[in-house]
Amino acid sequence: MLWLLHRVIQAGFVVLAMTVLVFVAVNVVGNPADILISPQADQAERARVIAAFGLDQPLWRQYLHFLVQAAHGNLGRSFVFNQPALQLILQRMPATMELAVSAVLLSVLIGIPLGLLAGLWPDALLSRAVMAGSILGFSLPTFWVGLMLIMVFAVQLGWLPSTGRGRTALLFGVPWSFLTLDGLRHLLLPALNLALFNISLVLRLTRAGVREVLPMDYIRFARAKGLSPARIVGVHVLKAILMPIVTVVGLEFGSTVAFAVVTESVFAWPGMGKLIIDSIGVLDRPVIAAYLVIIVLLFVTINLVVDLLYTALDPRVRSDEAG
Amino acid sequence: MSAALAATADDEAPFRRFARRFADSKLALLGLALLTLILLAALLGPSLAPQNPYDLAQLDIMDGRLPPGSRMGAGFTAWLGSDDQGRDMLSGILYGLRISLGVGIASAAAAGLIGTALGLLVAWRGGWVAGAIMRLVDLQLSFPAFLVALMVLALLGRGVLNVVLALVLVEWSYCARTARSAALAERRREYIEAAEGLALSTRRILFRHLLPNCLPPLIVIGTMQVARAIALEATLSFLGLGVPVTEPSLGLLIASGYQYMLSGQYWMSVYPGIALLLAILGINLVGDQLRDVLNPRTGT
Repeated sequence: MLWLLHRVIQAGFVVLAMTVLVFVAVNVVGNPADILISPQADQAERARVIAAFGLDQPLWRQYLHFLVQAAHGNLGRSFVFNQPALQLILQRMPATMELAVSAVLLSVLIGIPLGLLAGLWPDALLSRAVMAGSILGFSLPTFWVGLMLIMVFAVQLGWLPSTGRGRTALLFGVPWSFLTLDGLRHLLLPALNLALFNISLVLRLTRAGVREVLPMDYIRFARAKGLSPARIVGVHVLKAILMPIVTVVGLEFGSTVAFAVVTESVFAWPGMGKLIIDSIGVLDRPVIAAYLVIIVLLFVTINLVVDLLYTALDPRVRSDEAG
Repeated sequence: MSAALAATADDEAPFRRFARRFADSKLALLGLALLTLILLAALLGPSLAPQNPYDLAQLDIMDGRLPPGSRMGAGFTAWLGSDDQGRDMLSGILYGLRISLGVGIASAAAAGLIGTALGLLVAWRGGWVAGAIMRLVDLQLSFPAFLVALMVLALLGRGVLNVVLALVLVEWSYCARTARSAALAERRREYIEAAEGLALSTRRILFRHLLPNCLPPLIVIGTMQVARAIALEATLSFLGLGVPVTEPSLGLLIASGYQYMLSGQYWMSVYPGIALLLAILGINLVGDQLRDVLNPRTGT
């Protein structure tokens, strides 16, 4: 059990170190007093606002205050919205998560079949085209692809809407786009845009896995036994290659949430990524800090879970860590 | 390696063998041609461009948002149209390419130098400093580069130097990790043992013996880093966190054209995007083939 404790403490340290970084980073940006206080305010009013936001305290005291408050789930009030920063972010989180999860689903649903195709018939023209396309998928900057999607499907063809979430429906008291047809239409382009990189990744992993597994004895045995090709690929090949794909997709989930910043800005998707970009623009420090703390927590959790799963599934990793 | 193999390998000069193997892939040659073209366009930009897009005196607001192929007030044809400031798009792209490539190459070079030096040092010396450096590398690599750069730029504000600094900060860790693993593999080889046996100075062993043999993976990573840096810079500039509006890179050109795209004036965003894509694609194609040629496992 020691490795588990060790790993959790390590993750705790990472979070603590990141809160220091976040705090320092966010508190060196500009001077929020200049933004908060109108130029017409007199000296007394200025001093009152500075004291009200605790901006007159020394930095280390502001940090301790920040940490204690953060532990209570209070990450400060947004200067702009005058709402708790955490609440602001949590309100927008479902939109981002909806987008990120849809993107991951799309990348698996599109990436695996294309990867199988490219792996099973590597010399076919279509396979070559798919592989060339995957190089494009790695090379194309996400934001530009987003613009092109808007230009083709929203402006030229007029099939799909270009911005926003569309109609939403409530589920567990949270509005979701995927529950209405209009929402789904709004979701499709941004999700595809965000998925593009992961599609290329999953496609290449699948292809490499298929190429590796196909010549193996157990596949040749299955073939000799007279199993149908569909069953060999669908059961025996897929089972062998799915594990690394699932791992990578899981690890990439954090990156997908981070990159949602770009997609949300392009498609005006009202998630937390768009919020952070707007907040950086107006130096809304509590929101920036809250966003970074949440993202760091998300990443540390994902990494921890993947590590723990690995250790649980593969005892060799455990003995390495202990040694 | 057997004697016969060594003999055939020696028949050909190393560079020629490298060039022959590189030319095996038509796609890589296409990439190389693309890359050469893009580099030439960037180098010769100021003499190729019909106008200097940064010189306000040469701009005429009456030329604003002209479609591709229009005559500009100054008497030349804007083959790629003009933007809302009355800038010829072709000129804007040529100048923007210089900034995008400059930022990408400068940051990748600086990150490569720092990362390689630290990576070699860590592999050679070990100890707690090395441990701390590698912990930092692991920590940073557990976050996406985009997020780290976003954070740094939120702290520093926009500006060309700030962007370079942010890119160096996110990229050095990749180079450090690659340099370390290459150096760790190499230092167990006999030639390093022999050099140590000859009591050569540490500096001589590190730079004359170890470094040259660690270079192949570093060259591959370095090439890819340039492409990554260019894409990252474009993304950050698009979001308004990168280069300042006075020196628009390709990303910023795309961003400023975005607002007109919904009304069908596509050229302000599409053409800079194509230039960006060609630059990144060229570098990636060359880098892909370099990896195949230089990788000792798939190579000779």
